[in-house]
Amino acid sequence: MSMPECGARVLSYVDALREGITQEMARDPSVLLFGLDVDDHKAIQGSTRGLVDRFGPERVFGTPLSEDAMTGVAIGAAMTGLRPIHVHIRNDFLMLAMNQIVNVAAKAHSMYGGRVSVPLVIRSIIGKSWGQGAQHSQALYPLFMHVPGLKVVLPSTAHDAKGCMIAAIRDDNPVIFIEHRLLYFTETEVPEAPYAVEPGRARICAAGDAATVVGISNAARDCLRARALLQDTGITCEVIDPIWLSPLDTDTILASAARTKRLLVVDNGWTTCGAGAEIIARVLERAGPGAGIQVDRMGFAPTPCPTTPWLEADFYPQPERIARKVLCMVTGRDDDWTPNAAARQQSEDIAFKGPF
Amino acid sequence: MHPNRTDIARLYESLRLIRRVEEAIADVYPTDRIKSPIHLSIGQEAVSVGVIDTLAPADIVAASYRCHAAYLAKGGDLKAMIAELFGKAAGVAGGKGGSMHLIAPEVNMLGASAVVATQIPLAVGAALTQKMKGTGAIVAVFLGDGATEEGVFHESLNFAALKRLPVLFVCENNGYSIHTPLRARWATDRLTERVATYGLPAARIADGDVFAIRDQAAGFVASIRDGRGPAFMEVQTYRWKEHVGPNADFDAGYRPESEARPWIDNDQLPRLGALIDAEERAAIDARVETAIAEAFAFAEAASPPPLEDLLAHVHA
Ligand SMILES: Cc1ncc(C[n+]2csc(CCOP(=O)(O)OP(=O)(O)O)c2C)c(N)n1
Ligand SMILES: [Mg+2]
Repeated sequence: MSMPECGARVLSYVDALREGITQEMARDPSVLLFGLDVDDHKAIQGSTRGLVDRFGPERVFGTPLSEDAMTGVAIGAAMTGLRPIHVHIRNDFLMLAMNQIVNVAAKAHSMYGGRVSVPLVIRSIIGKSWGQGAQHSQALYPLFMHVPGLKVVLPSTAHDAKGCMIAAIRDDNPVIFIEHRLLYFTETEVPEAPYAVEPGRARICAAGDAATVVGISNAARDCLRARALLQDTGITCEVIDPIWLSPLDTDTILASAARTKRLLVVDNGWTTCGAGAEIIARVLERAGPGAGIQVDRMGFAPTPCPTTPWLEADFYPQPERIARKVLCMVTGRDDDWTPNAAARQQSEDIAFKGPF
Repeated sequence: MHPNRTDIARLYESLRLIRRVEEAIADVYPTDRIKSPIHLSIGQEAVSVGVIDTLAPADIVAASYRCHAAYLAKGGDLKAMIAELFGKAAGVAGGKGGSMHLIAPEVNMLGASAVVATQIPLAVGAALTQKMKGTGAIVAVFLGDGATEEGVFHESLNFAALKRLPVLFVCENNGYSIHTPLRARWATDRLTERVATYGLPAARIADGDVFAIRDQAAGFVASIRDGRGPAFMEVQTYRWKEHVGPNADFDAGYRPESEARPWIDNDQLPRLGALIDAEERAAIDARVETAIAEAFAFAEAASPPPLEDLLAHVHA
C-alpha cells in the first residue's frame, strides 16, 4: 500500500498477527491458544513462534488430531469463561470442525436465549502457491458468512491482521479469522500500541472514479496491482477491502458503486454462492433498479485447484485479468490490452517456495 | 457412601420430582401446549439422580437433548423449564431452546445439545476452564450409548485423559439409538474396556441400582477432584417411553414389552419410597405435586415472547 511515513514502524503480516495475539494474551489471562502443531519449530508459518516460551504450555499447546473435539473443547471453554484461539494451518481443515462451528458455536447464544456467549477465535490460513492443490488451497468463507451467529474476517494487510486479531479476541462471539499464506510476508505500517480494527467497517484502499473494485483477502492486493497496471490507460478504479465479511459494510461499497456506476467483486474463492454474489446482491437491492450500476465478479476457476504451476496460475484471477475486466467494464471493449512489461513485472505475486 | 435416611429421602424426592414432571409433560402433550419434540427420561432417572447427588453445587453438568432428568437433578428451576417447553418468554431460554436445550447457569447446568455427542467436547472444554482457573470444580457429562459411536466421543476421551481434565463421562446405555438396538450397532458390548484403553478408569453398572450408581460416581468424583484425571461410567438403563414423544411404543415392533419388564420391576422410585416412612413420603409427594401444579400454571399464564425477540441474541 502507501509508503510508510518516515520513522513509522513497518511490520510483516505474520509479525503483526503474532504481536496482536501476544498483546492480548499479556493483557487478558483468560486468552489461550491451541491447535495442531502450534508449538512445533515451524510455529504455524511463524505466527505462534515464541508463544509457549512467553505464556507457558498451559496457555499455548498443541493438540491431538481431533478438529471436531477440539472445536467443542474451545466452545465449552469459551462458554465457561476462557477466550480460546483455535488455530488451523489450512482453511480446508475447518471442514472437520463444521458440526461444532455451525451447530454449536453459532447457535449457543441465541438458542440459550442469551444466557451464554462463545468468545472464540478460529484461525485458519488459505494456502496458495507451491502446489497447494485441491485440499490445501480452499477459501470457504461463504460457508461461514451463510450462518447467523458467526463473524467472518479476512484481513489483507499487516495493519489489519493485528487490529482484526485484537478485535476478534475481544469480541464475545465466535469469529472465523481467515489469513492468507501469501500475505504473511507483506509489510505495512503497524502501530506498536494495541488497536482494534472493528467488525463491520470496510477500507477504501485506493480512490478512483472509473469503477469500484472490491477485493477479498489476497485478492485485495491483486486489485491494487490491477489498479497500478491500468495507470497507462488513464482509468483509475477505487479499490475497497471489506475486511469483515460478517458483519459486512455494505454502506461503503454502495456509496462508491453508486458514484462509479461500476462494481466488480474479486473473490478469493469460487464465485458460485460466493461472497461476491452476496456483496453484489446487497448493493443492488439497496441501490434499487434506477441506480444503473453495472456489476461483475471474478474468482477461482470453477474446478478444484490444480497442483501444477502451469495450470495453477490460471486458476486464480490474476492482476492482469482483473485489469482487463475493469477496462472492459469501462470501455465496453473486449480488446486484448496488455500492460507494459515493467508494470507487469511489478505486479507479480510473491512465489512461495516449499517444501510445504 | 452408605446412604442414611436423609440421603434416601433426598434421592427419593429427586426421582419423584423428575418422574412426576415427565408424567405431567406426557399428560399435557396431547393438548399441543408443547409444540416441539420431547425426549423423556422416564425409567432412566436413577442415572442422573445418583450421579448428580455426588456433585457439589459449583460442579457443572452437561447433557444431551434427553436432559430433563439432569436439569432437574442439578436443581434447575421447574417453572422456567415448563415455560420453556411451552415456548414462553419466561422459559430458561426465552422459548428459543425448548425441551432439548435446557440450561441453568445459576446452578451450573451448562446446557443440552440436540446434535448427538456435541455436548461431550463442550464438557471437556468446561473442564479445561476449571483446571486452568483452578476452581476445584469438576464437570459431569451425560451421553447415550449411540453417542459413543461418534468419533468426537473418542477424540474427547483421548484429550481429557491426555490433559487429566476434571470430567466424569456418564453413558446412559438404554440399549437403543432411536429404534436400533445395540446388537445392530456394536460388534462387542465391551464399551468400558474400549474406553479404559484411552487411559482413564472406566466402570459399568448393570443393575440400575441408584445406590450403586451413586457409590461409583462418588468414588470417581473423589478421584477426579484429587486431580487424577477423568473417569468414565457406563450405566445400563431402560427407556420406558418412545424415543421422542409421550407414549409407550412396545406395539411398534422393534422391542418387546417383555424386555422392559425386569426394568419396571426394578424401578428405583417405589424401592426408595418403601425405604422411608409413610408420613415423610406423603409430605415429599405433596411438595412435588404442588411444585408441578405451580409450574404448569405459571407456564400457562406466562406471555409468549414478543416478536422483536426473533432477532435478539444473534450476537452477544
Ligand atoms: C449427529 C446426529 N445424528 C443423528 C441424530 C438423530 N438422532 C437423534 S437421537 C438419536 C439416537 C441417539 O441415541 P443415544 O445416544 O443412545 O441416546 P438416547 O436417545 O438413547 O438417549 C439419533 C440418531 C442426531 N440428533 N445427531
Ligand atoms: Mg440410547
